[in-house]
Amino acid sequence: MITVRCFAAVREILGYDTRKLAPSDTLQRASDVLNAVAGPRIADLPRPLLVAINCEHAALTSPVHDGDEVAFFPPVSGG
Amino acid sequence: MIVRLQTEDFDPEHEAQALGVKGAGARVSFVGTVRDMAADRTITALDIEHYPEMTKAEIMRIGAAALARCALLDVLIIHRHGHLAAGDRIVLVVTWAAHRKTAFRGCEEIVDALKTRAPFWKKEITDQGDIWVPGEIPAP
Repeated sequence: MITVRCFAAVREILGYDTRKLAPSDTLQRASDVLNAVAGPRIADLPRPLLVAINCEHAALTSPVHDGDEVAFFPPVSGG
Repeated sequence: MIVRLQTEDFDPEHEAQALGVKGAGARVSFVGTVRDMAADRTITALDIEHYPEMTKAEIMRIGAAALARCALLDVLIIHRHGHLAAGDRIVLVVTWAAHRKTAFRGCEEIVDALKTRAPFWKKEITDQGDIWVPGEIPAP
């Protein structure tokens, strides 16, 4: 399974913080995962949208594999 | 290097004194606090959300990079999350180095990296409603 995590404004817009997706040939990259979980609400998400895979910063073009945790969130504001 | 995430407050001087760092001729401390005003709005509190499984690992990566790049002797980073009031301390970054320039540079690099890489998101509770603080966009 692929675990999807959403934070901050992304979580509020999509309405959940965690989802599980069955791996499939159509889920090759983080952008495919985003399309699968956001659907038409993708247009409402903050831009730029950041991605982490397995708790490390990644890109929408990064490859995704079975067992990965893929997180989507707005630009961060630590400190 | 010590990295801590917590909801409770910290005493910056007590935390910095707790680490005895051999060879240090300089210690630089940065304390970030919750602003009470921004533009035309009054801020009463700040809700800080984070990505618990990633945050500590990412801050460790930030600290390790600064240790190596700036010839620091040691680093302490404490970051709070949860509900904080205006004026509360949010973050403490302390760097130790043989000399002041590297201690200053290392501290600034860490604070800058926290802004763009550490997975925290801040929501201001203000007299004009709740507002997500725009994050900083990392350099490509």
